Amino acid sequence: MKNIKAVFTKQIIDTMKNKTVFIQFLMFPIMAIIMENAVNLENMPEHFFVKLFSVMFIGMAPLTCMSSIISEEKEKNTLRVLMMSNVKPWQYLVSVGAYIFIMCMIGVIVFAVLGEYKNAELITFIFSMLSGILLSELIGAVVGIFSRNQMTATSFTIPIMMTFSFVPMLSIFNQNIKKFAEIIYSQQISELINSINTSEISAKSIIIISANFILALVLFTVAYKKKGLE
Amino acid sequence: MEMMISANNIVKSFGSKKVLDGISFHVRKGHIFGLLGPSGAGKTTLIKILTGQLKQDLGIVEINGLDTNNLTGEDHKKFGIMMDNFGIYERLNCYENLKVFADIYGIKKDCILNTLKKVGLAGAEKTTASKLSKGMKSRLRLARVFMTNPDMIFLDEPTSGLDPATADEIHKIMLAEKEKGKTIFLTTHTMPEAEKLCNDIIIMHDGNIIEHGSPEEICRRYHHQRMLKIHLTNGTDIQLPYNENTADKVAELIRNGHVETIHTTEPNLETVFMELTGKELAI
Repeated sequence: MKNIKAVFTKQIIDTMKNKTVFIQFLMFPIMAIIMENAVNLENMPEHFFVKLFSVMFIGMAPLTCMSSIISEEKEKNTLRVLMMSNVKPWQYLVSVGAYIFIMCMIGVIVFAVLGEYKNAELITFIFSMLSGILLSELIGAVVGIFSRNQMTATSFTIPIMMTFSFVPMLSIFNQNIKKFAEIIYSQQISELINSINTSEISAKSIIIISANFILALVLFTVAYKKKGLE
Repeated sequence: MEMMISANNIVKSFGSKKVLDGISFHVRKGHIFGLLGPSGAGKTTLIKILTGQLKQDLGIVEINGLDTNNLTGEDHKKFGIMMDNFGIYERLNCYENLKVFADIYGIKKDCILNTLKKVGLAGAEKTTASKLSKGMKSRLRLARVFMTNPDMIFLDEPTSGLDPATADEIHKIMLAEKEKGKTIFLTTHTMPEAEKLCNDIIIMHDGNIIEHGSPEEICRRYHHQRMLKIHLTNGTDIQLPYNENTADKVAELIRNGHVETIHTTEPNLETVFMELTGKELAI
């Protein structure tokens, strides 16, 4: 436990000084605050920007942060030092994962307050976001495991992150994109959040999100077994 | 004297290339042991095997009686390892960098501050690592090693690229640790460093040990390299082999009043290495 705590604490201090990572946690919640207060068009769905940015947030922040943190530690050989200091790879992943999870959940609380979700709506929103964060973290960890350095990680992360973050938004305007988007978790989370007022949770969404989760878990396991963390 | 490291017939290959070809040596407790060799000699592979970062194909390595293939986390706490490429957290300050590892090892704050003082970083506790000079970064890496008070210390080219004054400071720290009874395994490509610090050395070339012993012993073995360096009154220098055939020539020069000074040049590890490998010892 002390190893997890040590890496977790290190991550808090480090990220506070790492603008590239830190901005990921702040960008979409701040944009949502600004747009919700600044833009009010006729016929615009209620809390449109909360719904839009919250999905972008879970598709981008956990994935980018996880891959960036792991690949940086690999590139600078600090991960090796941690491993040589008896920190187990799983302890490292849990520490970094927990840190990113908590930071993202702070963002989720901001979205929930802005969206004025209460009771069942709030629970649905939190669980949708929570599952999205975990899924994105797993995918980010896979990218981090396969990347030797930050440049490689960025090359992998950008197209993946763009897919998960922007396809749900683009699917609003294009039916063909929507057909493809149906199979990805961020689209299903978007649909869950957009139907939050109806008090009906789509079984299809839950199944697709679960399938995505299993697939990400398999990918992570294969990557971890094949490449390890170093 | 007790042995800290026993390496017997270590073989390691990467694909078809044999990087270590039956390496055997022993390191005594409380000694500074030097591993010398040019790039590609197999130094880094050997140190990785010794520190459990890499497994050998054949052979046995024991550190303080423990097989390095079966080291536990607790065993690792007894070793301090500073590899040339080990990173530091650039955005954290010196204190925070050590605090990460102090938390892992359960070391108190006082010890962090004392270690920073020991390596000459007192006053730089709050300096961000990215703003440190190369020498100060090396000291910070050393501090990370010494903080846990390990019995066995592995240092991979700790003074590489440093100015002579900083290198000398690091040498003093290493000698102080040796005085406390610590064993240090030092890899270096700098012969004067090995001569100054090491009780015993091995010289590696192409995955083999080509010479071993104390620096003095090794140099004595190559005493045929001794030369007479004569500065003549006309301002020129000449070098003659140190043997009986030279005696008449030297005597004649002295008789004729041509000699201003005479010195003998002793073999050093640099010249020994050149004789053994036909190469200069370069990075």
